[in-house]
Amino acid sequence: MTTDTDAAGTNSTGSTSTGSSPGNPAGPRRTAAAGRSTAPARPRLTRRRIAGGAAGLAGLVLLVLLPLLNLSLPGVLPGPTYTPGSLQLLAMCMLMAAAALTYHLLLGVAGLLSFGHALYFGAGVYGLAIILQNLDIPLLPAMGLTLLVVIVLAHVVGSISLRVSGIPFAMVTLAFAQAGSVIVGRNPDGTTGGDEGLTLRTDNLPEFLVGVVNTRNLYWLALAVLVAVFIVVTWVQSSRAGHVAAAVRENELRVRVLGLQPYLVKLLIFVVSAVLVSIIGMVFLLLQSGAVPRAISADLTITLLVMVVLGGVGSRWGAVIGGVFYTILDQRLTTLANSDAIDALPDILRIPLSEPLFILGTLFILVVLFLPGGLTGTAQRLAQRRNRRVRDTGEGSTGHDGTGHDRTVMSREILEESA
Amino acid sequence: MSTLVLLLFTGLGLGALYFLVAAGLSLIYGLMGVLNFAHGAFLTLGAFAGWEIARRTGSDDWGTFLLSLLVGAAAGAAFAAFTEFVLIRRLYQRHIEQLLITVGLSLAAVALFDGIWGTDPVFIQGPAWFKDTTEILGARVPNDRFVCIVAAVLVLLAMVFFLKNTRYGMIIRAGVENRSMVTALGIDVRKAFTLVFTIGGAAAGLGGVLASHYFGYVSPMLGGSLLIFAFIVTVIGGLGSLTGAAIAAVAVAVLQQFANFYLGGTGDFVVVLALALVLLFRPSGLLGRTS
Repeated sequence: MTTDTDAAGTNSTGSTSTGSSPGNPAGPRRTAAAGRSTAPARPRLTRRRIAGGAAGLAGLVLLVLLPLLNLSLPGVLPGPTYTPGSLQLLAMCMLMAAAALTYHLLLGVAGLLSFGHALYFGAGVYGLAIILQNLDIPLLPAMGLTLLVVIVLAHVVGSISLRVSGIPFAMVTLAFAQAGSVIVGRNPDGTTGGDEGLTLRTDNLPEFLVGVVNTRNLYWLALAVLVAVFIVVTWVQSSRAGHVAAAVRENELRVRVLGLQPYLVKLLIFVVSAVLVSIIGMVFLLLQSGAVPRAISADLTITLLVMVVLGGVGSRWGAVIGGVFYTILDQRLTTLANSDAIDALPDILRIPLSEPLFILGTLFILVVLFLPGGLTGTAQRLAQRRNRRVRDTGEGSTGHDGTGHDRTVMSREILEESA
Repeated sequence: MSTLVLLLFTGLGLGALYFLVAAGLSLIYGLMGVLNFAHGAFLTLGAFAGWEIARRTGSDDWGTFLLSLLVGAAAGAAFAAFTEFVLIRRLYQRHIEQLLITVGLSLAAVALFDGIWGTDPVFIQGPAWFKDTTEILGARVPNDRFVCIVAAVLVLLAMVFFLKNTRYGMIIRAGVENRSMVTALGIDVRKAFTLVFTIGGAAAGLGGVLASHYFGYVSPMLGGSLLIFAFIVTVIGGLGSLTGAAIAAVAVAVLQQFANFYLGGTGDFVVVLALALVLLFRPSGLLGRTS
């Protein structure tokens, strides 16, 4: 599952593939590549890993210090990094990246193409908002109560929808999520606020999480959530259950023949992913200080899917990069759409360019058509091509041929298998 | 009694719309294994094309209505054929990627419709007869319901005739049964793919024009909201089965209307519950193959 890029960040599980079964066409080739490269490359790989870990740690420290620094990234952030506007955008990036990671757990690890992930995100957002609105309890118990609701909900919906797989699974999860979205829209007894949404009631919240002044605390919270989700996802992925889930993705029948229970493992992954995304939803509520119907709409699930596919299916860093990239692009395109330069254009250019979703949708289609493996897969393929060129001219050696290609092959296989 | 009849006809009218969307979805899935998320966009385009006709001609007589039906169906068909030919065909046999393409397409298309026609619903006028009611067993049923029902029945009959009695219909049916065998017999099944997409798009476009009269407005979200129920209908009816889609469309819509009236607006919820029950006891759907 993990490759060198994954190892560049934090805790890796090693560079051998876990999910390949002998029946899988890429299996022998990948093993061969690994076998060729492991022996001579081990010391260098370790050094690489230390360097990668150090770089990751340095990056993390930089991200932690960001609210205290005065850095400007014109074109990416609306202002210097210490301003609430920029911190809000960055925190949103972190939360979306974390949500994309939980979707990666479904699609990339277990091969489950769910169209109902927004239901649990929305359950976190609306559950916490409604509990804070109606009960006089502090934040943490309220979060615990919401979590309990989500766990029950995920078990019920998961156990029903996992009775089918592949495309019907996608449709069924979509139907359940839609039911949730409809309930929120109907506004039963005024609990959900209908189209208007709910404003966060701040009476029982701790002081340091309320108000624009404290945006940086929320930023740190979002960062902590991202790091925690990354660690949990890595842990689940490298646990026994994660390995079985990956095996189910590759060949469910084989797993069943081995005497394991694909259904239970898939349900476990489904529930873990739902619980994680609902926690992200709760922090999202604090950050946005309100619940909006978009948080539970099918659009949100599709957004997460787009992020994961943009970044590269089957890669944790891909999900993170896809989430950050999409959020920033969306925000920037919205700003662009309202700018004077666009207004001055003739209709035929102005109309498409003033619709961020049109550009993002088109970009998504192009990535699916021409960049299988997404951004990370393409980056690896390029690196690999450069490596090969270096090797061909006899100047350097290579330690990891085939990884980029493998990533592409693998993400295509993941998509294939869940069909 | 009169309420019952009214609810029944309203449900049948809505079921007709569901069927027009679900028929194409079900055939496309049955033959190609593609879950077409862009089907709602075909419908919305058809609805807007029909509205443009009514607006440009400025009249609301029957001739204009029939013309708008034709243009709506043609717009849906053209969009669908374009989708299959330019986007789907490149990813032959890679079902999930085909699905992702249609997801991207529906995002882009709905955003484009937003940009062209605005996000607010635009209201639409049909022939004056639509506003009148006909009395059946004491119930005053609005006439546009009958138009939807008649149109859907005609489409169903035409599709069944086409599938049963023409060469391409036979190829499509054979392809749904066993595509590799059809290919092995030397028949270019890809032509059938384009054809199925075009037919599905035409039905969706027609459904779009009818839906705009049924609801009284057109908005870029029109397709998306109908598409969800069409998905439910195709799953309940059994993927790939046209008759199943017809039965499920009527059942789902009537159930939805009755629950909305008698169980306090819980129609959508009851439909999802029905879906859950069907999945628990018959995962392949009412008329789906049990494999």
